Amino acid sequence: MYQETDRHRLFTRRALVLGAGQLGMFGLLVGRLWQLQVGEGEKYALLAEDNRVNTKLIVPARGRILDRRGRPLARNVPAYRVRVVRERTPDLGRTLRALADLVPISPRRLEEVEEQAHNLRPFVPVPIRDDLSWEEVARIAVHAPELPGILLDQALLRDYPYGPVLAHVLGYVGPVNDRELQADRDPLLSLPEFRIGKKGIEKSYDKRLRGRAGLSKVEVNALGREIRELDRDEGDPGEDLQISLDLDLQRFCFDRLAQEKAAAAAVLDVQTGAVLASVSIPSFDPRPFANGLSSAAWKELSHDPLFPLVNKCIRGQYPPGSTFKMMTALAALEKGVIDPGHEVFCSGVFTLGNARFHCWKAGGHGRLALVQGIAQSCDIYFYDVALRVGVDAIAAMARRFGLGDRLGVDLPGERPGLIPTRAWKRERLGQPWQKGETVVTGIGQGFVLATPLQLAVMTARLCNGLKMVRPWYVRPVGADGQPEEWPRIELPRDGLRAVLRGMYEVVNGARGTARRAKLPLEGIALAGKTGTSQVKRITRAERASGAHKRKDRPWEERDHALFVCFAPFDAPRYAVAVVVEHGGSGSRAAAPVARDIMTRTLEINPAGAALLAARDLPPKG
Amino acid sequence: MLRSRLRAPELSLEEKVRALHWPFILLVPMLAMIGYAVLYSAAGGSHEPWAWRHAVRFTAGFFVMLTIALVDIRFWFRWAYVIFAVTLVLLVAVDIAGSLSKGAQRWLNLGFFQLQPSELAKVTLVMALARFLHAARLEDIARPLYLLIPLSMIGLPAGLVLLQPDLGTAVMLITVGGGMLFLGGVRWWKFTLAGGLVAAALPVLWANLHDYQRQRVLTFLDPERDPLGAGYHIIQSKIALGSGGLFGRGFLRGTQSQLDFLPEKQTDFAFTLLAEESGFIGASLVLTLYFVVVFLAFLVGLRAQSHFGRLLALGVGLNFSLYVVINVAMITGLIPVVGVPLPLVSYGGTAMMTTLVGFGLLLSVDVHRQVRIPRYPSEL
Repeated sequence: MYQETDRHRLFTRRALVLGAGQLGMFGLLVGRLWQLQVGEGEKYALLAEDNRVNTKLIVPARGRILDRRGRPLARNVPAYRVRVVRERTPDLGRTLRALADLVPISPRRLEEVEEQAHNLRPFVPVPIRDDLSWEEVARIAVHAPELPGILLDQALLRDYPYGPVLAHVLGYVGPVNDRELQADRDPLLSLPEFRIGKKGIEKSYDKRLRGRAGLSKVEVNALGREIRELDRDEGDPGEDLQISLDLDLQRFCFDRLAQEKAAAAAVLDVQTGAVLASVSIPSFDPRPFANGLSSAAWKELSHDPLFPLVNKCIRGQYPPGSTFKMMTALAALEKGVIDPGHEVFCSGVFTLGNARFHCWKAGGHGRLALVQGIAQSCDIYFYDVALRVGVDAIAAMARRFGLGDRLGVDLPGERPGLIPTRAWKRERLGQPWQKGETVVTGIGQGFVLATPLQLAVMTARLCNGLKMVRPWYVRPVGADGQPEEWPRIELPRDGLRAVLRGMYEVVNGARGTARRAKLPLEGIALAGKTGTSQVKRITRAERASGAHKRKDRPWEERDHALFVCFAPFDAPRYAVAVVVEHGGSGSRAAAPVARDIMTRTLEINPAGAALLAARDLPPKG
Repeated sequence: MLRSRLRAPELSLEEKVRALHWPFILLVPMLAMIGYAVLYSAAGGSHEPWAWRHAVRFTAGFFVMLTIALVDIRFWFRWAYVIFAVTLVLLVAVDIAGSLSKGAQRWLNLGFFQLQPSELAKVTLVMALARFLHAARLEDIARPLYLLIPLSMIGLPAGLVLLQPDLGTAVMLITVGGGMLFLGGVRWWKFTLAGGLVAAALPVLWANLHDYQRQRVLTFLDPERDPLGAGYHIIQSKIALGSGGLFGRGFLRGTQSQLDFLPEKQTDFAFTLLAEESGFIGASLVLTLYFVVVFLAFLVGLRAQSHFGRLLALGVGLNFSLYVVINVAMITGLIPVVGVPLPLVSYGGTAMMTTLVGFGLLLSVDVHRQVRIPRYPSEL
């Protein structure tokens, strides 16, 4: 019994120790709970929020692009799309087949959708088509009960209602590529449904059109399934962008040039530099680009020998031909090597050493001074003047009028053209300058290249009081928020007056090369300059037989036809440049087009309408 | 004479029912009801698939508990070794089945029931050790060689469980066994010595651990080292717990649990869900309830007349409190994730059955607290 009591006493003691130990353990656990839930509760509450809330970016509506009168040129239209959620249909294959019975879906697309649906989590909607018509939407909606798991919803698609007419100016949007993703930190770019400006205005003003991303806070579970939306910030839609183009004029220019195989035209406000119209023929339809063009379609467009994807206004570089003669004349007048009365005798041929240079007029023009030299576009006269002043002075003058360098127009991809100098030839070709090259440079041939927009700018600067306007689609503002003031070119005024007089005579003179370009509007005079630039050297045999002027020459060998002009002559307001590739002669192929464009410009623009109203007043001076 | 006393117990059925520990019996369903609520919430507010079956199992187990409670304590005393031996056989069977299927194997499929013998071992080891220590005199226990018998009684099931491999259960078996030896009067210094040996054996043990077990230990030491992999459970558990705050997010409103960030929320991490939704107040209240159960078991042990009864009651109580302590320490990041459920709350049949069988024995001890038991059954 002693033994038993002993053992009992020991047991009781140890049971108390064990009990105290257990009490201690429970106390420790309560303490731990206090530490986690009360002490660090806020920290864990934040972590929990992090866990459960997914922040999703919402693509803001892209800003519209409007013409100068506020008419939309690029906008967003609702597109209806149909998607399928795998977990909501008992038989995916059957549902998809039922859908394909209602709206056309290619069997290959069906396979793709099925495969995608099986690769993604079951609750993720898989897009099937995103270009449904209203009628198709209605058909699906009516059959909704037989189509479990099929979702209909709306997305915004970029739309260009005038398609090819504005394709080169507006450009287009498309899916973001890797390079763009690297270059831009905006989180919007990582969204698959986001579209970025790829060309034209869409590209140069992408950031303004893009807007600010919205945020949607969504409660998700551990698998990423969205449970519900907690909070939504719609973001800011992109800015509506008004551009300088006049839709009516643009459409007119496009239609007027559409008959040509390849051509370009630009209309400028000579006082401000605003581009009122700019077309490039042939064009393309920008709409298919939004979702990525098929590679076959892309191949066809990019391999087309007429380059429909290229905006010829800013990327087409052509020898300006006789439209360049004003530069030659002004250079010589400024240097004082000639005065407006300087006379040259044109026999039709000009000899320099062993080389013979021809005038376009086989028999020659006889004796003429500067005004008639321009009016009749005598080549010999400008060979003579060019040799007197030298190529570098001509180049310096051309540059002041906006040739030979990028104008900084607000469209991507502008090309500089080319104005040769002695230094340029030495550097680029490693050869000394030849006198004969000065001769052809004087009539805008040889190395000289200019874009149609540069020619329009040159014309504008000639007629606007020598203001060095630069072309724009969206009005540039200086640091002070005011529209930019243009510096002026310093030139002797009487020389300039003679050159402009020559341009007046081109259209209005008895012997002008573009008499057919006279405006049908009484009281408003057009002044301009034709250009017919050779693309192929004329051989002696061709010249003898007259083959170089025949109309059955292959298209690619025919001359480019150019015409630059401004109006009204006594109060210049608009400048037009037209280039018809391989159009033949400038006076026949380009001048009538320019005339029609200028007429239309004057008719439809408020400033022009005011001028028309005032035309009955007696002419000034 | 003695034999007839066993066959014809002194107490009538009515007396036994009246002698039942009713406060304890009422406390147990309370915990099961908390479990029901947790499982209902874990299913996103649905009786399916867990809560309903939990209730059915509990009801069945509850009657098993009452039945065991009414069976004479001497019956359990006499059959303790046999039941323990059956458990060992089942453990061997599981290991063989496991080696045949070349993977971890913890269950025996009995057709109608998935039996987990390692859970059973927790109760039967307590029974066997209680019977052994009941017969042992203090001077027997002082002999090291004599201690080899209870040590192998602990080591055999623990080793078999480790082979499965199930570290959590093995640790529990060793701890409960150690606790029983401690109550039985084994000297302090022997525990110190054993502790030293274990510390020395740790490197050997480490070398023999399964990769996933090592991962668990490493992850426990630094959960951030693999936040999406092995550390995910414990990080998510702490986030869920901590975000519950003082008052909790409200029933069915625990975002972490409801949104599936919390893994195994119906089994090992059930307490996390409870703590997230009911906050520190609810969680510590439930912990207190658990402690009351342990405390009552402790009181039952102290007032029992037989050494067998005392040891059995305290062993069951220790086993139960170990479940709770290990589970809660695990989900609060105090110890590695070892896979121990929270009794009566976590979803799972065997653990609940083991707990209720243990409580049955505990109640039987209490009902028969006046019954004296001789040192050997042959004297019954």
